Amino acid sequence: MTTEALPVTAGAAEQEIGPPPRRKDRGKAVRSYLGLAIIVLWGLAPFYWMIVTAFRQVGFTFVTTPWFTHTTLDNFRTAFSTARGNHFGQALLNSVIIGVATTAIAMLIGVFAAYALARMQFRFKYLILGIILGASMFPGVALVSPLFSLFSNIGWLQGWNYQAMILPDISFALPLAIYTLTAFFGELPWDLEEAARIDGCTPGQAFRKVMLPLAAPGLFTTAILTFISAWNEFLLASQLSNSDPHHYTVPVTVAIASFSGAQPHQEPYTAVMAAGTIVTVPLIILVLVFQKAIVSGLTAGGVKG
Amino acid sequence: MANQWRRGRLLTGVAAVAVASLTLAGCGGGSSSGGGSSSGNSRGPITFVTGKDNSGVWAPMIAKWNKAHPKEKVTLKEQTDQADQQHDDIVQHMQAKDPGYDIVTVDVIWTAEFAAKGWLQPLTGQYKFDTNGFLPPTVKAATYNNTLYAAPWASDGGLLYYRKDLVKTPPKTLDQMWNDCKIAKQHNMSCYAGQFAKYEGLTVNATEAMNTFGGQVVDSAGKPTVNSPQNQKGLQMLVDHVKNGDIPKQESTFQEEQGRIAFEAGKFLFMRNWPYCYSLASTEGSSKVKGKFAVAPLPGVNGPGASSLGGHSEAISTYSDHKQTALDFLKYITAPAQQKFIAMKGSLAPVRASLYDDPALIKKLPYLPTLKTAIANAVPRPVTPFYPAVTTAIEDNAFAALWQGKPVSAALSDMQKAMQSASSGS
Amino acid sequence: MAAATVAPAPEKTRKSLRAGEGRRGILLVAPTLVMLAVVILYPLVRAVIQSFQKDEGLNPATGMFVQGGYAGLSNYSHWLLQQCAVAGGGTQPCPEGTLGSQFWGAFGITVFWTVVSVGIEVILGLWFATIMNREFRGRGLVRAAILVPWAIPTAVTAKLWFFIYAYDGVLNHILGFAGIPPQLWTSDTWPARMGVVIADVWKTTPFMALLILAGLQLISKDVYEAAEVDGASRWQVFTQITLPLIKVPLMVAVLFRVLDVMRIFDLPYIMTGGANGTTSLSILVVKQIRQGFNSASALSTIVFIIIALTAFVFVKFLGADVIQRPPGYTKRKWFRRKPPEASQSVEATPEGAEAA
Repeated sequence: MTTEALPVTAGAAEQEIGPPPRRKDRGKAVRSYLGLAIIVLWGLAPFYWMIVTAFRQVGFTFVTTPWFTHTTLDNFRTAFSTARGNHFGQALLNSVIIGVATTAIAMLIGVFAAYALARMQFRFKYLILGIILGASMFPGVALVSPLFSLFSNIGWLQGWNYQAMILPDISFALPLAIYTLTAFFGELPWDLEEAARIDGCTPGQAFRKVMLPLAAPGLFTTAILTFISAWNEFLLASQLSNSDPHHYTVPVTVAIASFSGAQPHQEPYTAVMAAGTIVTVPLIILVLVFQKAIVSGLTAGGVKG
Repeated sequence: MANQWRRGRLLTGVAAVAVASLTLAGCGGGSSSGGGSSSGNSRGPITFVTGKDNSGVWAPMIAKWNKAHPKEKVTLKEQTDQADQQHDDIVQHMQAKDPGYDIVTVDVIWTAEFAAKGWLQPLTGQYKFDTNGFLPPTVKAATYNNTLYAAPWASDGGLLYYRKDLVKTPPKTLDQMWNDCKIAKQHNMSCYAGQFAKYEGLTVNATEAMNTFGGQVVDSAGKPTVNSPQNQKGLQMLVDHVKNGDIPKQESTFQEEQGRIAFEAGKFLFMRNWPYCYSLASTEGSSKVKGKFAVAPLPGVNGPGASSLGGHSEAISTYSDHKQTALDFLKYITAPAQQKFIAMKGSLAPVRASLYDDPALIKKLPYLPTLKTAIANAVPRPVTPFYPAVTTAIEDNAFAALWQGKPVSAALSDMQKAMQSASSGS
Repeated sequence: MAAATVAPAPEKTRKSLRAGEGRRGILLVAPTLVMLAVVILYPLVRAVIQSFQKDEGLNPATGMFVQGGYAGLSNYSHWLLQQCAVAGGGTQPCPEGTLGSQFWGAFGITVFWTVVSVGIEVILGLWFATIMNREFRGRGLVRAAILVPWAIPTAVTAKLWFFIYAYDGVLNHILGFAGIPPQLWTSDTWPARMGVVIADVWKTTPFMALLILAGLQLISKDVYEAAEVDGASRWQVFTQITLPLIKVPLMVAVLFRVLDVMRIFDLPYIMTGGANGTTSLSILVVKQIRQGFNSASALSTIVFIIIALTAFVFVKFLGADVIQRPPGYTKRKWFRRKPPEASQSVEATPEGAEAA
């Protein structure tokens, strides 16, 4: 982005006669910290409530005391119990399998494409970039019915059908990964690569030996964003995963949404909150540890992970 | 016997050859020389598909069968316990013509759809299934186009839970019940809890009200007949009691659980709900109504009202290779001994009328005599292959009438039109 | 930066290093294109074809389903003009209780959510970003806190708010302190609609704030100091300096958020099941899949077109420049073999460098 300052016409500006500077500064600081407090509260309060509820006894589900009371670990036991037809543990594993596979494949394919887009000149380049970006805006719901019938015909809705979710997830993650990676690659010192080429490296070698280590932080960030996007996917998984208990490929997001209670009509709030906490905490840790990288990745691509 | 069949074959001519040879193989009985697996009526191992076995009744029943039939073993295939997912799972396997799904467990509301798709073996002719002694509504729910497509296996019906500490005798008629609402007012309680949120439960509650006044949703040929004076009375009754507060406003969010929790907290005098609440309300730690409630049949105009029917039937897939074994298995699981077992072990409502008078069972499930009345008077939910569209039509319009002030006549007229449009293609 | 900047080729580029680049470039992009073709293009084409077929109908004589045959545009007119079939042929306006009658309602509520949610997110996001752009201690904590809602999966967010919104839940409890009577947050039409907005705003404002913050941080302090010297009011600074300078990243962020909300599914689906006026276009498609595949294909094609048009308007007219081309690269030259700067290479190339 170019940062050309707009000329500010002095005449149009009205003089603001405020309180003396020092008091103004202090007031400003107080307001700032108040604002910051609101932001922190905004982010954490509902999340905090989820955790409090996760530790509450079922009989006290709707108690509104804002701190930990009537605590129990039962909800976590319930969440992992398969006695009620829930398979939360397996669902966690499924999400990890789907997330890791999606991330690995999308990164592999995406790195090639992003490198080409950032570094090479070739025919239709901007058209291709446009198509890839267009794909990221594609409504997933337009894929549900055709993919459902396609996968149904080739038997992909039965058995351990992880591929039925991994393949679409890759396609959804790819545009974002490429977008982010292209932005990262654009900022790398490519002179080094050229130097390596002149020293006799092949383009592949130059990329692997010189550029890849430099690009590692960007790759890592993109991988995290890709993983989170696959971990959070719901729509397609809700239609394409296999809920057969012996070949259970349902990921956590769908498992949580259809969590069933002890009775056919029961909504097990506390157990769902416990399950939600388990699903979320790894992500929160990931976010806390890599917050700088994530923020840079988010803003580099300018897209949601 | 073989001669007889041959003569039949000659008489009916060439066109019937295929059919007749199928029948021939059936005569082979236990012999292994039959038409082989492709003929579709021989015997052999089968797979039985059902939702998650939460009550643990299937494993012992199947083990017992397998011991007695080593050559016709049954394999249990469990689905999830989410009804929608079970439905979709069956649809996928049937579309793939999967011979591995020999018997499928169908919710009463899916029977017509699956039958019309040609996926269920009619239980007629050589596959005749005897429904003598079954509660008639359960058989009706398994029947489409005057043909029985499934064996009723477990039933369910709505009950009226009432506070016996506050209401001396349970109301027999609707007028009595609404009249008792003044007792609720005296005690600062709400009166009647049902399922009035916009979901399948609203279809159940609305059709109960309409059926109670003698109305229908679809006729026996599946034609929509919902716009009738009887239905008008039924739906109007609910609307009136929403207006006067007997059915309080927050019930527009009520599914089964919200009602149960509120009833257990002592907030309601009456509740319409399924039998599952009985043991919860009597045992759960947070229940304030332990020992203070009882059940009665849903009240009607002059006597017991019409409950909607829940439950499951078992159907043989058209694509099964071992239909004869499948049929025998259906007979086995619906026999009195097994029906008693599922009631004792799984608290499921049997489909055989006689069991409701069994003292041992009544001791275990005290609500059984009441439930018998409820199921005997029950009306199956509309038996139509367009059930998803029909239930949307009822839900949307009943909700609008109850909570959004849509005139009942307009709601019924739209229901009728919506159902007609579904059955004549989008 | 808020958009993928395609790096202009360095001027020192030697021609030989670029030899064969055209083919290699295509080769490297090919796996991506194949992937997108299989999972996105093929289903899209298939859906379009299916959308011209009638759904299965019932043969009245046998009571069995039969194939529907060619439908022409009737699946489309069913949705767009809300025409439903009547018994015995012909059509009528879809009565309430059919999915067909819900199309424009679903479209309306989807647009409503898009405008209101994204509007609030932009305003709150700007405010958050301004606060965070100041110097303060504990930056890491605030940034971490703001990332929490973003990191929680939408399905969990929906369940969490569903619980908060329960009639006996904590939100009604808090409102009680302010004397506001309890609301039916998931089943009264307007509370339910606003409930979705609140949950969505909660989850995605952080994303918006971070993008805006990144834009703000690119603005040099000198600009503001100059404005202060000139005596510009804060509002003037905001509208005449800040906004124009963050316009491109802001528009890109808005575009992505708008498209997200246009496609919204998980949140209302889990919170209300689409009841009570909260059926978004995506939910309507999924509901229709149960009632008829081909009609659902027509609907999903319509949704696709609506979203494509929205994206087009943003990119073309509202300055959401998602593809930032190097200077001198005009759109008309999209199909040129090489952009101008590639041909500017100065030196001839030594043959030896042309390995590989």
